[in-house]
Amino acid sequence: MAAPTAPTRAQHPVPTRIRRQLPTSPWLFAAPGLLVTGAFVLYPFVSTLVNSFTDRRTLLPGHFVGLANFRELLHDDMFWTGLRNSTLYVVGVVPALVVLPLLLALLVQKNIPGITFFRSAFYTPVVASVVVVGLIWVWLLDERGLVNSLLETVGVGRVGFLSDQWLLLLSAMAVTVWKGLGYYMVIYLAALANVPRELHEAAAVDGAGPVRRFFSVTVPAVRSTMVLVAALSSVAAFKVFSEVYLMAGPSGGPAGEDTTLVMLVQRTGTGLTGRVGYASALSVVVFAVTVALMLLVLRADRGEEA
Amino acid sequence: MSVLERVRPERGVTPEREPRVTDQLGRRVRAGELVWRYLLLLVVLALAVGPFLWQLSTSLKGPTEDIYGSPPSFLPGRPTLHNYTRVAGTIPVWDYALNSLKVATASVVTNCVGSALAGYALARLRFRGRRVTTLAFVLAMLVPVEGILIAQFTTMRELGLNNTLIGVVLPGAVGAMNVLLMRNAFRALPYEIEEAAYVDGANAWQRFLRVALPSVRGTVAVVAIFAFMGAWDDFLWPLIVLSDPSRFTLTIGLNYLHGTFADDERLVAAGTVIAVAPLIALFACLQRYFFRGVGEGAVKG
Repeated sequence: MAAPTAPTRAQHPVPTRIRRQLPTSPWLFAAPGLLVTGAFVLYPFVSTLVNSFTDRRTLLPGHFVGLANFRELLHDDMFWTGLRNSTLYVVGVVPALVVLPLLLALLVQKNIPGITFFRSAFYTPVVASVVVVGLIWVWLLDERGLVNSLLETVGVGRVGFLSDQWLLLLSAMAVTVWKGLGYYMVIYLAALANVPRELHEAAAVDGAGPVRRFFSVTVPAVRSTMVLVAALSSVAAFKVFSEVYLMAGPSGGPAGEDTTLVMLVQRTGTGLTGRVGYASALSVVVFAVTVALMLLVLRADRGEEA
Repeated sequence: MSVLERVRPERGVTPEREPRVTDQLGRRVRAGELVWRYLLLLVVLALAVGPFLWQLSTSLKGPTEDIYGSPPSFLPGRPTLHNYTRVAGTIPVWDYALNSLKVATASVVTNCVGSALAGYALARLRFRGRRVTTLAFVLAMLVPVEGILIAQFTTMRELGLNNTLIGVVLPGAVGAMNVLLMRNAFRALPYEIEEAAYVDGANAWQRFLRVALPSVRGTVAVVAIFAFMGAWDDFLWPLIVLSDPSRFTLTIGLNYLHGTFADDERLVAAGTVIAVAPLIALFACLQRYFFRGVGEGAVKG
């Protein structure tokens, strides 16, 4: 970190308005934030990269092992399971979270009586902890839970949502979507408020029905918001942990078949016997995919525009 | 301001005595459209809030009442708080609640103070290294927390802070995103106010405390609420850093309760209600800040 320096006239010709302060005070202002960010975000980030090339364990200092951790990844079935599940999660969750909150925002956009109550109610799942949400749905989707009671009442019969590997993953995705709807709805509401009314009116005059207006007026107008939502939700979906952890259990189902990548990081790297080096290599994969997803979304955006 | 009910007598085509529902631009919403809108709203309402109510209902059902019935009984026949006393007898749930409260309160204080100070420095004070500092916060905001958990854990171990509530608070004590939010809020203030204070001889601390900070109270409130919610709801990090059950926060305690007494749905339901009720109450009181936070954090961020 650079030493505190008083700004000089030569370096900063403009700021006559705010000078003559105690020379150290800007750094004193920034210090708490910088310390926390440096010590608990930036340093761990660098240390994750470094550790991924070592065989460090929680209680043992590591030695440099080159790319051994990454080679081991390639032959680790659990890694591929985790990567598959986290990727499936993105594929399943993102389209739903891009489209459904937009429809929901259109539903609550019009200021009809009582609409603020509905907006707030739809936001409640966002406010609740993911643990609460997870446990509520574990009980709802239980073999003897409410959803199965209702299914039995209407004659469908009971479904083992939480016992089948794929149904469980689907259910967890549904829970993630359920919890995220309200959040992205608010983002879309802000975007919809900026869509000029005239566009809708002109389209209506031209004889376009509601569906046509949705695709040719609303969607183009909120396209950049859709990209933002896609970026935010795909990064969040790839890093899924809590929903699957709570619904499938800490080991990700009987044979670990529902393990996600972050669950694997948590299981591998923590505790007294944690393989910090290997878990760091897994984390590097999480970084890499996260960055790749962002770039992919941005690129898809640019491609559509051209 | 959401409800606009107006009578528009200038349109002679429709009968004039009944007040009609109009949208935000004062145009009439047709009765048919209103009906399907409210129907849809009620369906979504049932989907969004129903699960919470079912959990509440389950938690109020006594040991003799059937909770598995088909068709299900939505309301408890004889509501009882028995399950809540049982939770308290099974796990120290009030201690966990207190731990969560401590963590959340500490997080609010450190985030508000830390990000206001740093945000002010980045927005209003000139010093060498300001751009690098800003860049550091931007980079920190982009680092996915899930990717650095293990390194954060080893850092906490090295500091001897694993298994403490301080260790739970520290990594999120001054969120980089909050610093940038505060920076943007300070930058949006007109320079003239502070110039006046400067002419009067106020130094940076005085300008910050007396002039700038009072003008960005709304953003501070947003930071406070999201810090509280984030800390109260957080699961993954406390799960990693806390191993001693006496130090658990509510979310970790609930996970423990679920893991140990999964078959006792009434008990788990009561625990989840205890964990979620305070936040729903907070949300009900301070809704507009919750919504503002989403807008400022996501759209402009």
